[in-house]
Amino acid sequence: MAKKVSLLEDFTKGIWKENPILIALLGLCPTLAVTISVENGLAMGLAASFVLICSSTLISLLRNLIPKQVRIASFIVIIATFVTIADRYLAAFYPEISKNLGPFIPLIIVNCMILGRQEAFASKNGVGRSILDALGMGLGFTLVLLILSAIRELLGSGTILGYQIMWDSFSPWMVMILPPGAFLTLGLMIGASNWINDRRAR
Amino acid sequence: MNTSVKMILVLTIISTLSGGLLSYWDAYTSEKIDAYRQQEIQQAVKEVLPDTDEEKVLEAGGFTFYVGYKDSDITGVAFVAEGGGFQDIISLMVGVTPDFSEFTGLTVLSQKETPGLGTKIAYDPSREGSETWFIDQFQGKKTGNLTYVKNQKASGDSEIEAITGATISSNAVITILNKHVPTAKSAFESINQ
Repeated sequence: MAKKVSLLEDFTKGIWKENPILIALLGLCPTLAVTISVENGLAMGLAASFVLICSSTLISLLRNLIPKQVRIASFIVIIATFVTIADRYLAAFYPEISKNLGPFIPLIIVNCMILGRQEAFASKNGVGRSILDALGMGLGFTLVLLILSAIRELLGSGTILGYQIMWDSFSPWMVMILPPGAFLTLGLMIGASNWINDRRAR
Repeated sequence: MNTSVKMILVLTIISTLSGGLLSYWDAYTSEKIDAYRQQEIQQAVKEVLPDTDEEKVLEAGGFTFYVGYKDSDITGVAFVAEGGGFQDIISLMVGVTPDFSEFTGLTVLSQKETPGLGTKIAYDPSREGSETWFIDQFQGKKTGNLTYVKNQKASGDSEIEAITGATISSNAVITILNKHVPTAKSAFESINQ
C-alpha cells in the first residue's frame, strides 16, 4: 500500500507540489516567450513533454551504464536528439506552428526543467517511476502554459484558439501579448499558487 | 573496465546512435519541409503577380526571379528581398512590372516583428476585411524612391502610409524595397543582354 501511494505521488507532484514552473521556476524562457496564444502554449507544452518523457525513459534505462563523469554530456546528447526529432516533426507536419515557435523548439535542449529531471530523478530511479515523474512534470508544465497563454490570448487578442470570445467593443490589452504581459501574468499566477499553498498549510 | 575507456565508449555509442537516428529522421522529414517551402514560395509568387498563367524561374546575381507569363507575354517579375526589421530579418516576395517601374504586389514571407505592432506589416487584425492593408497599398506604387507618411492617408505614387506604433517596421519594409529593387533590376537586365 505504501508503495502505491508513492507511485501516485511520483506522478502528481509535478502537477502541483513540485510544479516545474510555479514552484521550481524552471523553463521560464519558453514559458514567457511563446505564450501569446493558446495554440503556441499547447504546442510548446506538448513538445517539451514529449522530449521529457522520451529522455527520462531512456536515461533511466541507461542510468547504470553511463559513467558519472560524462552523465551531463550524455543527457544533453539524448535530450538534443529528441528535441531535434520534435523540431523536424513540427516543421514537416505543422509548419505554421513551427514558424510561430521559431527558435524556442530547438531551445528546449537547454530547458532546465528537462535536464533537471534527468539529474534529480531519472538517473536515480527505475523506468516506471521515471516515466510517471516525466508524465507528471510534463503535464504540470503544459497546464501552466495553457492557463498562462489562455489569459494572455483572451486579454491580449480577445480570442481563444483564434475564436473571438470577447464582446465586439472589447479593445485588446496590447501589453498582454508583449513581454511585460507575460511577466505580469506569470507573477500573479506564482503569487496565487503560493497563496493557496500558504492557506493550505495553515 | 578502465573509467576513461568506459567514458569514451559510452559517449561514442550514444552520439553515434543519435546521429544515425537523426539522419534517418532528417531524410524522412526534409522532403515534406522542402515541399512546404516550395509551396509557400509558389503561392507568394501567385499573389504578387496577378494575371499570370505560368511562371519561369531564372537565376542571376544572387536573385531567383520568377517571371510571370500570360499568353507568352511577360506580365511581371517576382523575387525575394530581405533586410533587417525591428528585431530580425524581414523576408518579402516582391512583384514588379517587367520594366521594374511599378509594384504589382507584395507579400511577407517571414518576419519576427513585435507581436501586435510590427506584425501588422503582414497581418493587421484590427482592420477587419483588409487585414493586409499595409502590404496591399504597395500595388501600383512606383519603385525606387518610396517614402512613408504618418497618421494620414498616403497620396502620390511613391508614398506609403506607415503603421501607427510601428514606424520602424514600416520603414524597414520601405528601405528593403528601395535598396533591393534597383539591384534586382540590374541583375535581371543582365540576363537579357
